[in-house]
Amino acid sequence: MFTMEENDAKVRIAKRVAAEFVEMAKEKPLYVNLGVGIPTMVGDYVGDSKIYLMAENGMLGVGPAAKPEEEDPERINASRVKVLETAGCSYFDSASAFGMIRGGHVDATVLGAFEVSQDGDIANWIIPNGKQMGVGGAMDLVAGARLVYVAMQHVSKKGAPKLIEKCKLPLTAVGEVDVIVTEYALFRFKNRKMILEEIAPEITLEELKSVTPANYEVSPDLKVMKVD
Amino acid sequence: MACDKLKTAKEALALVKSGDRIMVSGFGRSGDPKQLVKALSDTEGVKDLTIISNDLGSPNAGLGELLTKGKVKGLIGTYYNWNPDVPAAAHAGQITVELVPQGTFAEAIRAAGVGIPAFYTPTAVGTELGKGKETKVFNGVEYLLQESISADVALIHADKADELGNLVYHTTARNFNPAMATAAKLVIAEVNEIVPAGTLDPESIVTPHMYVDVIVLKEKGE
Repeated sequence: MFTMEENDAKVRIAKRVAAEFVEMAKEKPLYVNLGVGIPTMVGDYVGDSKIYLMAENGMLGVGPAAKPEEEDPERINASRVKVLETAGCSYFDSASAFGMIRGGHVDATVLGAFEVSQDGDIANWIIPNGKQMGVGGAMDLVAGARLVYVAMQHVSKKGAPKLIEKCKLPLTAVGEVDVIVTEYALFRFKNRKMILEEIAPEITLEELKSVTPANYEVSPDLKVMKVD
Repeated sequence: MACDKLKTAKEALALVKSGDRIMVSGFGRSGDPKQLVKALSDTEGVKDLTIISNDLGSPNAGLGELLTKGKVKGLIGTYYNWNPDVPAAAHAGQITVELVPQGTFAEAIRAAGVGIPAFYTPTAVGTELGKGKETKVFNGVEYLLQESISADVALIHADKADELGNLVYHTTARNFNPAMATAAKLVIAEVNEIVPAGTLDPESIVTPHMYVDVIVLKEKGE
């Protein structure tokens, strides 16, 4: 079946999520929290839409990564990358930052995941191998943000499915995922049912099913995913 | 200029006792009291500390040095993947680690500072970190009960203090500082600069001076 180079897949996924946000931001300003990896790349494709990035370490209006001559060593995003301010940005303490998230003021969060289940459960904070010990803001973001977007490659680096019937890894949250975007498909959860809404132009429904053990319905309005 | 709360790092750290619960601010080495942490690592005889902090720096750097020097009994925090010494010490049974979701951690500290002993939150319900906690359903949604987190001592960092101890912060170095300033019996603030009272814009003060017991002026350098 069709496969993509890792970076091409990541760009496709980031662009698809960005397109979703650009559309939403036409109606009203959109406040978004982006996780590490593909989620951060989403910020590169939103153009001049009214989309404001917040970081849970206390910043709203996060700008792009700073060049060495522009760095302020204390001004970082939640991935510890030194960033720039944007016009109208603000700072606040960690309790307020998570208050924004938990209080439902952040419209969407975009995260990667190890596994997502057909019920919208997500596992993205730990692989119990004895070497990790950290949760950070993952559970707060998934439980608190109004919409949870999972942006990830469809299968793991080893080719293992990530969209499965039931998560095997420790959960980050139960039933909180709203949208999944991969290089092959876009799924949306409605009333905790997983629905395939878009499929990549290069693959068939059968091929998608072969790498997606999760049970999902195919939308009657199934579309071909728009790609460059 | 008269600043009654001013001490050297060494004088300030002499107030810490073995067995204390110590809050330390900072997020990935932004907004952490670097010289106070170094001075605590260098303080002879103080051990069995419980360190309440977002992370534990890097191996043998920042708060990581406390672990290297065997001063840590327990950790309460959110993210130790930046310091692999932590899971190693925990698995070897040398220290205990209580992992708390970051938003719950921040709110638990804030709660302690405002006299609220516990609160309900949706975060971590149905996960390993929610196991064993009391739950309750409000409007059809399940929440768990989280107790507040307080400490004997807070070591914090601010950009500027005035002579009274009013604090202002710089960009994302604010992080856990304002909440920690309210949640410990003794609050020691390391600052980049001390200015006369009356010269900070009152509207810009984030931590009013009633919360701050000791001010340590950060020496130039790191």
